Amino acid sequence: MTAVKRFAHGSRIPGWDEAVDLSKDPARVPDPATTPVPAGLRATIEAAMGRYPDRRSAAIPALRAAQAEHGWCSPEAIDQVACVMGLTPGYLAAIATFYDMLETTPVGRTDVYVCTNISCSLRGADALFDAVRNAAGDDPEFNIRAFECLGACDIAPMASVNGVYVGPLEPEDAPQLIDDVRNGRPVLEAKQLTRRRAADTVQAEGEDR
Amino acid sequence: MKLLFDHVDEPGLAGIDVYQRHGGYASLRKAIAMTREEVLEQLNASGLRGRGGAGFQMGKKASFLPHGDMDKYLVCNADESEPGAFKDRELMQKNPHQLVEGIVIGAFAAGANRAFIFIRGEYDFVADILDTAVAEAEQAGFLGERILGSEHSLSLVVHRGAGAYICGEETALLDALEGKRGNPRLKPPFPANQGLYQGPTLINNVETLATVPHIIRLGGEEYAKIGTEGSTGTKVVSISGNVRRPGNYEIELGIPAREIVCGLAGGPPEGEEIKCWFPGGSSSPVLLPEHLDLPYDFESMAEAGSMLGSGSIIVVGDSVKIVDVALKLANFYRHESCGKCTPCREGTNWTVKMLERIDRGEATPMDLEIMAGVQQQIIGNCLCVLGDSMAMPLGSMIKHFRAEFEAHIDAARAASGLGAPVQVPEAVI
Repeated sequence: MTAVKRFAHGSRIPGWDEAVDLSKDPARVPDPATTPVPAGLRATIEAAMGRYPDRRSAAIPALRAAQAEHGWCSPEAIDQVACVMGLTPGYLAAIATFYDMLETTPVGRTDVYVCTNISCSLRGADALFDAVRNAAGDDPEFNIRAFECLGACDIAPMASVNGVYVGPLEPEDAPQLIDDVRNGRPVLEAKQLTRRRAADTVQAEGEDR
Repeated sequence: MKLLFDHVDEPGLAGIDVYQRHGGYASLRKAIAMTREEVLEQLNASGLRGRGGAGFQMGKKASFLPHGDMDKYLVCNADESEPGAFKDRELMQKNPHQLVEGIVIGAFAAGANRAFIFIRGEYDFVADILDTAVAEAEQAGFLGERILGSEHSLSLVVHRGAGAYICGEETALLDALEGKRGNPRLKPPFPANQGLYQGPTLINNVETLATVPHIIRLGGEEYAKIGTEGSTGTKVVSISGNVRRPGNYEIELGIPAREIVCGLAGGPPEGEEIKCWFPGGSSSPVLLPEHLDLPYDFESMAEAGSMLGSGSIIVVGDSVKIVDVALKLANFYRHESCGKCTPCREGTNWTVKMLERIDRGEATPMDLEIMAGVQQQIIGNCLCVLGDSMAMPLGSMIKHFRAEFEAHIDAARAASGLGAPVQVPEAVI
């Protein structure tokens, strides 16, 4: 049975046992005077807001930019986005908790998403995921996650390392993958998706891979 | 016959120069010289059916948009997250201008003046390619104010999501694009009347829009001669799982499925047989090896009790346990259920729990009936089809592989030390 992660109070929801302070007002749009926002982040968010008829549409791009700046959607990061966009932190927190790529707890800087969905697991993704996790050990630099289908079943089993797709991988590739990240090299260069040709072309030319 | 994948691997095709050298943007010039109605006529004549999953006629959908001066939108659905689907990724990555051209023509036909490409967040590297292509097209005057000197203007924005399968559902996608949680909306009103920012909106899949330039180039009637009567044209098929050559292949609709699975993709690896296959992504009910001789088109797949969906074939080999596939599948839909509708939120969760119980050896054959019943209660009872997308394949697995499920239950019970279940007298059931 897959163990459910529970907090000390027995629930899966953090803060379940903390009573709501009813005397407190709900969080408002943060005051620009008391919320310092890095200039680069502000510029990115404002540029994103300008691209849509409704500034609210920039919520996801803005949160992703803030996450790139802070490493995760921390309360501080959310406050900064809320301040620039003129939204409440609560509204943005609701969005941050909905989407898989927005992190609501502190995580490592390097995202390693290993696809463990059907097509990849038919070709050994679960073993690959374990191997990647073992290779990284408890290095806090890495955020290793078993991810839902990443849309690259042609290179199954595969992984996305900070957005770079690599595959097809063997469990034996895991140490090299981790090593490449640690040393700042391109990750498993020979196995990167962008180097591949369409299966249709390869088949038409009668090659076997 | 190659349309979408013509010259696909030529170096530099992602750039506007090489694309134009191969006749790129000629269709746009041709379309913009026509009237809006004439373009719609061509699209209708082509019989092009949406390549995203539902298979609705593209021309018809575009003609649903009201006339008038209000802001109208075109949204390209590039949130390809269906397990087994990766055709849009390759189409955008290798030939982004084909999509941009299709969007401009589609927007012209629908009278839309703002367009968005909603691309899933995981495809960041593809989104970068699209951004470059959009900038090049703007530079060349194919996007922006008064395109090629006509009355038509269009702005195009590439919008990156942040990882949620549900955003592939058109109304959830609109909510996400408006900066909200991606929850599906009640239909009607349909997006053609009230979509993005409450304005009339045409939503099409990447492959559908990428086909549009070819329809304009060939002419609608000529395009309709490709494929079968009800499923016209070519289709990029993503094939994955237990086959020798997984990947994207462009085929003419209506060729036997065996030709794709065993011919192009090379069939199952040495020593393995095909146990079952998903003809249209993980959301389609599974089919058996004997169905491989059916023509691969919308009608034949529907008649066989499944669907063509997004055209993503997943082949499952006979060494794989069907319970494992079912559990992977159910786990995925549980994770991706947005939680808005109860049957889907609870149904996916309980299906996972029941499958885990089967695996642990705590289930009885009666659980299979309950599980099949849960699937029946999800179908048609939610705002969108995410729950159905689990219920349909799971129901089909229980139907086709009941014996294997039962054997698995017995074996797991023996292994867990619980032994044979107590026989309940039929009168009690």
